[in-house]
Amino acid sequence: MKQSHNKNHAALAEDFIKDDDHVNWHDGALWYIREKRDIASKQIPEWEALRETASKIKDNVISNLHEYLLQFEANLKKNGIKVYWAADAGEHNAIVYSILREKGIKEMVKSKSMLTEECNLNEYLEERGIEVINSDLGEYIQQIDNEPPSHIVLPCIHKRKEEIGELFHEHLGTEKGLCDPTLLTRVARKHLRNIFLSRRAALTGVNFAVAETGEYVVCTNEGNADMGAHLSEVQIASMGLEKLIPKKMHLAIFLRLLARSATGQPITIYSSHYKKPREGQEMHLILVDAGRTRQLGRPEFRDSLKCIKCGACMNTCPVYRKSGGLSYHNTISGPIGAILAPNLDMKKHADLPYASTLCGSCSNVCPVKINIHEQLYAWRQVIAKEGYAGNAKALSMKAMAWTLSSPGNFAKAGKAGRWFLSNLPFVVNNKFNPWYKQREMPDGSQDSFSEWYNKNNENGKKK
Amino acid sequence: MSSREKILEAVLQNQPEKKLLPEISILKRDDRDAVPGYMQVMKAIGGSVYLVADLTAVKILINEHFDIAKRVVTSLPELTGDYELLSPTVAPHTYDDIELAVLRGHFGVAENAAVWLTDELMVQRIIPYICQHLAIVITAQSIVPTLHEAYEKIGQAEYGFGAFIGGPSKTADIEQALVLGAHGPLSMTVFILQ
Repeated sequence: MKQSHNKNHAALAEDFIKDDDHVNWHDGALWYIREKRDIASKQIPEWEALRETASKIKDNVISNLHEYLLQFEANLKKNGIKVYWAADAGEHNAIVYSILREKGIKEMVKSKSMLTEECNLNEYLEERGIEVINSDLGEYIQQIDNEPPSHIVLPCIHKRKEEIGELFHEHLGTEKGLCDPTLLTRVARKHLRNIFLSRRAALTGVNFAVAETGEYVVCTNEGNADMGAHLSEVQIASMGLEKLIPKKMHLAIFLRLLARSATGQPITIYSSHYKKPREGQEMHLILVDAGRTRQLGRPEFRDSLKCIKCGACMNTCPVYRKSGGLSYHNTISGPIGAILAPNLDMKKHADLPYASTLCGSCSNVCPVKINIHEQLYAWRQVIAKEGYAGNAKALSMKAMAWTLSSPGNFAKAGKAGRWFLSNLPFVVNNKFNPWYKQREMPDGSQDSFSEWYNKNNENGKKK
Repeated sequence: MSSREKILEAVLQNQPEKKLLPEISILKRDDRDAVPGYMQVMKAIGGSVYLVADLTAVKILINEHFDIAKRVVTSLPELTGDYELLSPTVAPHTYDDIELAVLRGHFGVAENAAVWLTDELMVQRIIPYICQHLAIVITAQSIVPTLHEAYEKIGQAEYGFGAFIGGPSKTADIEQALVLGAHGPLSMTVFILQ
């Protein structure tokens, strides 16, 4: 898989913004989706009540997770679904492998699952001689390009149709230069239909799992999860622990919010409720921790587990829109990815909470009201304290602490700053100061605000 | 200790103080305009919808709009004179070549035009997904305003598989260009019996 482990968000974003036209297209395309979300949400008078209710249901889930997990497990078993527990990615992958090996299955079709991306399941199985094909069109395109998805809902939103046409030419033998979206989709439809018809095993993700009934819901627009599942003899579902909801009637709230927040649709085309295997079929479900219980134990960050993966925070984020999902070097990108990733590997993802202006737009569109921007800010404190903030940032933080520690220091520093701006601007306008990149420094003013205020106040006093 | 025990113990240790479930009955709506509302949304999402008197009218419309020289299957006994009755016992793969499937739905939801179907009405779970075109028959009085009423209606009904289906399958993965007919049906038509 193409990956750039060594570069941080800023460096990867720099690569992305080299093509001006493309960045502007990406920015506009995502903003258009954000606007569709706005239109859809405004057609629901009780929208804010829905968000509030969803958030409270998730509060209840998070605080009763132990009980709901046991209830869900018992109901799954009652329904004839085999249940597995995986502490981490490695264990999850080994479970999938053992299920397939027992049946002598060498090929599997998979619908969208960010969790299995996070676990690097495809690579793991391929190393053991099992071929996996991603059936969501965007994920299929990313797979043939050997690249991870850049957006949880729109996996190849960063690609232009010409690039996709080139990939299809190379992998599916389409005519060179063919890049019409409808024609390309038809080619993929035909190719993947043969895959669905010939695969004995299908894996799906899970959008919502109902503790009360032991069923789980998978949402797609393409119908790929169902094509795979209903033609398979072995159906596997992988889910993070946090996907539970208490009762079936709560699905109403989450399904009303999910697609409207994601793409502005009133509901995804397919909301499939899987409860029991069909005649002659096996169903397996894997409950995966992989850091979730650790996040549950972090009071400031546990609300991130409320996420229903709609992607609204990405579509609205000015940094995401301008830097692309791949610059976040994590399966879940954007603002929500930046608060989930440091929990998985704080050192590797120390840069992500800084990939934000803290404007708060993410929190405002979040359908379950996660305080994303506040968590981004809180992660910065944790990262700095743990010593992962990077030397440059740590030094400037120390200087700032000294400056702000007394009014005298502050006045001195201000004076020095203004003097530098006026007399030696290159001291700040240089490549060692990343803030100066693509910005012009203003002229330094003569006086500080205090000096100006004192002067004007004296002049203005008419005692 | 097994992973199951380890995970459950970590959850118990780390979960915060219990919070109660919120009241959700306030989110319900009245259903005065459910039928026109349903029809409007169905058209907006790229589906077709007809208000019809009976199944004879359904048959006429099907013959007019679909290529019935190809394989057409149905679960409705009233239509089997003209179309093939679905079999619950053959391999699902054998339905790969169906042009049109005509199924009954339990009910429709006005706010999103989705129809609720369970495996009993699909005969085989794969049918509404594998067909090239999907037609569903519902009754006008079955349409509910929102998903809240929908789940109330489903209640504790038993099924092995159930689904809301709201429109033809679609994708916008290539440069956000909307394409109808991703992996599932290229079109969806709903017949509302008055």
